[in-house]
Amino acid sequence: MFSIIRDLFKYNREFAVGAVLLGLIVFFSILSFFSPVDPTMLYIEVPDRPPSGEYWFGTNSRGQDMFWQLTFAFRNTLSFGLMVAALSRVISIVVGLLSGYIGGVVDRILMFFNDIFVSLPIFPILVLFYFVLRSDLTTFNLALLMACLGWPFDARLIRSIALGLRHREFTRHAVFSGMSPAKIMFEEHLPYVMPIVFSTAIANMIWAIGLEVTLAVLGFTNINIPTVGTTLYWAINHSAMVVGVWWWIVIPVIIIVMMFIGLFLLTVSLNEYIDPRSRLRRMGG
Amino acid sequence: MAFSEETVREQRDVLTLNGLKAYYQTNYFGVEREVRAVDDVSLSVREDEVYGIAGESSSGKTTLIKTFAAAIRPPLRLIDGTVEYKFGDRVVNPYDMDEDELNDLRWKHVSYIMQGSMSVLNPVRRIKKSFRDFAFEHMDRSRAEFWNAVEDHLKLLYLSPDVLEAYPHQLSGGMRQRVTIALATVCHPEFIIADEPTTALDVVVQKDVLAMLDDIRKKLRSSVVFVTHDMSVHANMADRVGIMYAGRIVEEGPTSELFTSPKHPYTAHLVSSLPQIGDTTRKPALEGRPPNLAEPPRGCRFHPRCPLAIEKCTTDVPPLESVGANHRSACWRSADVRPLTPAVKPKTGESA
Amino acid sequence: MSAILEVTNVSKRFAMGGILSRNYVNAVVDAGFTIEEDQPEVLTIVGESGSGKTTLARMILGLESISEGDIKVAGRSVSGRVNRAQRLSFMRHVQPVFQNPFEAFNPLKEVDRYLQASARVLLGATSRAQVEAAMDDALQKVGLSLAEVKGRFAHELSGGQLQRVAIARALIPNPAILVADEPVSMVDASLRMTIVNLLRDLRDQLGVTVIYITHDLATAYYISDRIIIMQEGYAVEMGPARVVLDAPEHPYAKLLKDSVLPVENAGKSRVQPADRKTAQAAAKLSGTGELVLRDDGRSVRLPRDGDGSVAV
Repeated sequence: MFSIIRDLFKYNREFAVGAVLLGLIVFFSILSFFSPVDPTMLYIEVPDRPPSGEYWFGTNSRGQDMFWQLTFAFRNTLSFGLMVAALSRVISIVVGLLSGYIGGVVDRILMFFNDIFVSLPIFPILVLFYFVLRSDLTTFNLALLMACLGWPFDARLIRSIALGLRHREFTRHAVFSGMSPAKIMFEEHLPYVMPIVFSTAIANMIWAIGLEVTLAVLGFTNINIPTVGTTLYWAINHSAMVVGVWWWIVIPVIIIVMMFIGLFLLTVSLNEYIDPRSRLRRMGG
Repeated sequence: MAFSEETVREQRDVLTLNGLKAYYQTNYFGVEREVRAVDDVSLSVREDEVYGIAGESSSGKTTLIKTFAAAIRPPLRLIDGTVEYKFGDRVVNPYDMDEDELNDLRWKHVSYIMQGSMSVLNPVRRIKKSFRDFAFEHMDRSRAEFWNAVEDHLKLLYLSPDVLEAYPHQLSGGMRQRVTIALATVCHPEFIIADEPTTALDVVVQKDVLAMLDDIRKKLRSSVVFVTHDMSVHANMADRVGIMYAGRIVEEGPTSELFTSPKHPYTAHLVSSLPQIGDTTRKPALEGRPPNLAEPPRGCRFHPRCPLAIEKCTTDVPPLESVGANHRSACWRSADVRPLTPAVKPKTGESA
Repeated sequence: MSAILEVTNVSKRFAMGGILSRNYVNAVVDAGFTIEEDQPEVLTIVGESGSGKTTLARMILGLESISEGDIKVAGRSVSGRVNRAQRLSFMRHVQPVFQNPFEAFNPLKEVDRYLQASARVLLGATSRAQVEAAMDDALQKVGLSLAEVKGRFAHELSGGQLQRVAIARALIPNPAILVADEPVSMVDASLRMTIVNLLRDLRDQLGVTVIYITHDLATAYYISDRIIIMQEGYAVEMGPARVVLDAPEHPYAKLLKDSVLPVENAGKSRVQPADRKTAQAAAKLSGTGELVLRDDGRSVRLPRDGDGSVAV
């Protein structure tokens, strides 16, 4: 594992840049655990101070130190994105592999539901859930909800790969060796699907975070939880750009762009690394 | 059986390879690999002859023809050696040519017949268009003259001009392969390279395609380099055969001599293990596996599998030395090689 | 004597084309043969591509549904298998050997996984020692050992070795029948005879019946006891291999034999194009013909005369 990371650092510039960018952001959000302030407390600092030696990222109009505030916001946003991506990956892998390998009736039923989910209008549903659940719409609940909506396209992609694998001779060999369908799917076929899983995971994270920001900016999430979205919500609420408190908006946007670029570069390089073909080439096959 | 037109006459070399080395060099995530696919090959192909190259997969035979057709691209690199063609009085080295000259050389003088006909013929275009795309600019003729020449050429190959109107998928595999041969020979090249042209074909079709290839090269008086792993094809096509093993030529000689008195243990094995109808005696099997060309064995590369190996074989590389007229072998014990079983049983009154 | 494999009047029709214009292609028509339990043999099915030999093999393995007729393995019809237990029981009787040994193993996984699964699931070995003993035992039968194979990936072995591992794997549940579809066509020339000899030894020493599917008449002659020559879905000539191949009677069988490239007169003979007119004419008549048993044990498909009797 260590040698893999070292090799990637040495020979793949994308990986190095991506890892550094993402490492910075993760480090930044981990700082939240050592925060001297409670992010829910208001008016504990002098409001509207520009970035300085004392307040690195300035303070906002609600009297909060933006540096510590953003550590919490990024921790929540990052873990939210990861949660959505991980959960929806599980659903899409299971559906995709089952549908592709078992085929027949199972395939038709699963793809029927898949198509329903593809055609659902996601945004109105999320707004509806906000009005039903209100303060029960915690970060985890929202993540679960979005995971349930974010799998169908990727399940189709995985299914198409599994469909090809089903007709490979080694699959038939595995069947005649008495391997169970579950073993064939999750041990023989899964490695071929992993590159797709990784690259769609990042796309899914970007989608989830983007949607969360949209909902929060419009006020359809629990605005008391600090996230990137709610930070922007409050900034807009206080007309931050109009009154000249630009750092309230510009700094979080810069950091989130850094995060996305980092994530993107990381997947690109990891993808190349775990691709079965390049893996075989390294193994000497 | 008629082969009277093969008169004995002075044959000039058309292709001369000297100390050719071509390696695949890759660096992938820090894993450096060098595969010596062609390692020090010298040979010459004469005018109006069929030179067979035999070898297993990963013996370097395909790399060898790619190298002398100057069709290599990284990670495959020419490390050392020279390639020289002689057409009439013109001596050319494809590695000294620019892209345009090479293109011209490839169609007019040297042509390449590949295994998969589908990779040459565009599946969504009529055969006619493939002919126009590939051959028209090399023929220096007006449009009408060009099509006349194409039709004459098809006639020469006993193909109906109707195939020009067909799409590749409408033709059978054997027919497609014949069309590819027609396409490759339409400019009347002096030199034809055929890479496993019949491997994917059924036995009956294979025979047709081979007969056609033999016919056309006699009519055009071209030299042919014929690559296949199938010794029975060489037996019926080649005038001389070069046996490749692990990137080197281990034996080269007139076809009949290789079958009756091979001078390399690998050839002896290949020839004697060919099963034949009418013969159920147990055929020997060769143990071991072809060597990994990234780390070939020291000395003679065949020594780990060789029944005749001695101490010297494990340390010193045997040179390809003359062991008879037109016959070269790279074996320290070439004098001790005996045919394992008489591959050629004298059958009276029957040929082919 | 009881039959381990009974193929009775089996046909396979593939539907081609769309909903409105549907064509049927007869891949296999009315094939039939029986393999006895205590009489191991090598039964070769020979034909060109499109002759239906692979479809027939796939039907025997239960990979293709049967349009007409029935295939019974140890008295049980293959098309009737539904649940996993029945499927596993079928696999203990019949095992496949695949064409391309490089494709038959997942390139990202160790090759011994397949052996392990066979030993556990098909043979019912439970302890690790039992599993390894079964694996080693099977590998010894093909001239390998567990030490040589354990933890290796497909690309680390040669095609010949992989094919032997695949055969060893198939032997673990002690099947009565191996169905080998072109098992040597992707194996290098110098290693090919190892596999062919091995198939021969399986019959002689282990009493395994091998159904050998090939287009290569020379190896067919070398190892088979019985042969079925197929043309466009029909078995045109079948019987004792040597009898049939020494002097084929059906025009297509003759054509096939004539197409084998001779190696006598190496370097001196010249290839002549095949004459397939009579064979094509015979193929047209196959549909109306009937298999006729000859005194020497072979059956030949002969066309019927105008009055319905078979021309002899």
